[in-house]
Amino acid sequence: MAANNFRHALFCAFITLIISYPIIGFNLEAQGINVTLTGADASTIVMVLLAALIVFLFQMFREQIMGGLKSIPHPLPQSNKEPMAENRRAKIESWVLTGIVIFALFWPFLVSRGSVDLATLVLIYIMLALGLNVVVGLAGLLDLGYVAFYAVGAYTFALLSQYTGISFWLALPIGALLAALFGLVLGFPVLRLRGDYLAIVTLGFGEIIRILLNNWTTLTGGPNGIGGIPDPTLFGMEFGRRVKEEGNTSFHETFGIAYSGEHKVIFLYLIALVLAVFTALVIRRFMRMPVGRAWEALREDEIAARSLGLSRTAVKLSAFTIGAFFAGFAGTVFASKQGFISPESFVFLESAIILAIVVLGGMGSQIGVVLAAIAVTILPELAREFSEYRMLIFGAAMVLMMVWRPQGLMPMRRIHIELKRQE
Amino acid sequence: MLEVQNLSMRFGGLLAVDEVSLDVQEHEIVSIIGPNGAGKTTVFNCMSGFYKPTGGKILFEGREVQGKPDYKISRLGMVRTFQHVRLFSQMTVVENLLVAQHRHLNTNLISGLIKTPSYRTKEQKSLDRAAYWLDRVGLLDLANREAGNLAYGQQRRLEIARCMVTEPKLLMLDEPAAGLNPAETKELNQLIVSLKEDYNVSVVLIEHDMSLVMDISDRINVINQGRPLASGTPEEIRQNDDVIKAYLGEA
Ligand SMILES: Nc1ncnc2c1ncn2[C@@H]1O[C@H](COP(=O)(O)OP(=O)(O)O)[C@@H](O)[C@H]1O
Ligand SMILES: [Mg+2]
Repeated sequence: MAANNFRHALFCAFITLIISYPIIGFNLEAQGINVTLTGADASTIVMVLLAALIVFLFQMFREQIMGGLKSIPHPLPQSNKEPMAENRRAKIESWVLTGIVIFALFWPFLVSRGSVDLATLVLIYIMLALGLNVVVGLAGLLDLGYVAFYAVGAYTFALLSQYTGISFWLALPIGALLAALFGLVLGFPVLRLRGDYLAIVTLGFGEIIRILLNNWTTLTGGPNGIGGIPDPTLFGMEFGRRVKEEGNTSFHETFGIAYSGEHKVIFLYLIALVLAVFTALVIRRFMRMPVGRAWEALREDEIAARSLGLSRTAVKLSAFTIGAFFAGFAGTVFASKQGFISPESFVFLESAIILAIVVLGGMGSQIGVVLAAIAVTILPELAREFSEYRMLIFGAAMVLMMVWRPQGLMPMRRIHIELKRQE
Repeated sequence: MLEVQNLSMRFGGLLAVDEVSLDVQEHEIVSIIGPNGAGKTTVFNCMSGFYKPTGGKILFEGREVQGKPDYKISRLGMVRTFQHVRLFSQMTVVENLLVAQHRHLNTNLISGLIKTPSYRTKEQKSLDRAAYWLDRVGLLDLANREAGNLAYGQQRRLEIARCMVTEPKLLMLDEPAAGLNPAETKELNQLIVSLKEDYNVSVVLIEHDMSLVMDISDRINVINQGRPLASGTPEEIRQNDDVIKAYLGEA
């Protein structure tokens, strides 16, 4: 056993060496037209050796380390307790939620413009993650192309505003409905697929949409994207310094205050906040309705669900459609926030990040997803100096989570249902 | 009410079910027995629409149902349980019963979102029906436990309750007594008889527990290696020489 372990650890360290030494240990230097190979300086080579040593030690004592990780107590122990009584839980939840929303309402007036902008982005990710949570967390359908629906929402607004001059408020439902329609249409071919196959095909769909946007230059402007997307208005009041559209008034003139660029940022933040709260409430309601229970039943046991008369087609399509609907919402807000969109905003990495938020937060759990969205969006901003290592840290965090707490930060808790004894 | 005529099911070279016929009248408990691998579960899978039979007819209340999708057959009032319990194990006990009643709650999304009065009435009714059946199978106190955490016998009973809240006309039970202790088997015996007597449900039963089968069946069908071997009342089956040789004799 120990000898086996030793050999394995040695092998891993060796692999680390032969992979990292040529990559990091040599530099190509251009001298005139010639390229020469020079060795890296001593400190780099020491680092490479150190890395190999760490790999060796980790593999050698892997069992102990993993065991130690697992035994770190969880901050929120959740044994097989029965769910909390509904009335108590509802009270606690409504107090906490009201508190958070009130705080979120007043907070932007206290902080810098950059923070508010970042918070808007967080809210967009919350919307996306809550929507994907329906598909992945509740219905158990691994969708790796979710970003496609986000793109549909964003491009709907961008294109409609470019060609018809539509306003944000009209584009919002249209974008969401069109994304939902895409969800429905893309749902059909993947009805019979499950697990890995579903993941691969949805991944393909996501890429198809992006490549289409990239190459249909006449309509979408291709890689150049679409700019000049209007900001939202408040009852016909614009937030710019000058009124762009006829018939609109400007916010600062109407209220007789000095123009400030911050008004617009805060207004967008508030819209995103309202939409995120709306998303959360609607999906929460769905989870307590037959449709939500049908999603979960399909995830738990498709055969049993069908034997009880649930149509796989209807249940899966409803999950795809509703998930896509909220992605469309988020996309419209995103387009309006950026004022400019291009296919680059809708790459696979976005899908992966949204999925990571759902998995980190705890499949099916709304509070968990919200917390994870905040963490995943804000932490990289706080640690700017490590931005090169962003994906590395991200990956390490995922691996650690899977070992330490595979059910996510805050796993979904069942609701308690009060029953009356029948005569 | 149910008539299976010359049902055949072939998997590649294997003829798992070969010209099996059986019928179930209203208010009747009909058993299917036979050694392991005889094709009993395959007959159920054909009847419930999981497999498309390669031959024969299945008539439910005069309508041909063979080859119809499973969820449609279930909606006609033919519901089954599984040889290996299939619960929605991360959902609570009562949620399992609510899933089964989605059709009683078949309202559109909007009325559920804003909780119209008619939605509330329907929701309350399905909660009451769930409570009734949980009480009936002795699981009411465990209503908010996760289904996967129940003891095996409780899971079996929950599976039956989950069928019953759909208000079926015909219930198909695949080895419901497997893994139960004698006391639980006795309770199951009483429950199945009561389903027939008090709720007017016909039952098709696959079971290996001979004393249970002999006790509650109105008629018994024996199949062996996919072929029908005998059928008749428990008394006739007990005295059938072929059956004794092929099946009862071994036991
Ligand atoms: N989906 C399938 N594909 C291939 N063979 C199957 C399939 N289902 C059942 N069989 C075969 O059909 C035969 C009957 O199985 P089954 O109906 O489960 O028997 P029983 O329930 O009477 O024990 C077995 O030989 C089994 O291997
Ligand atoms: Mg069987």
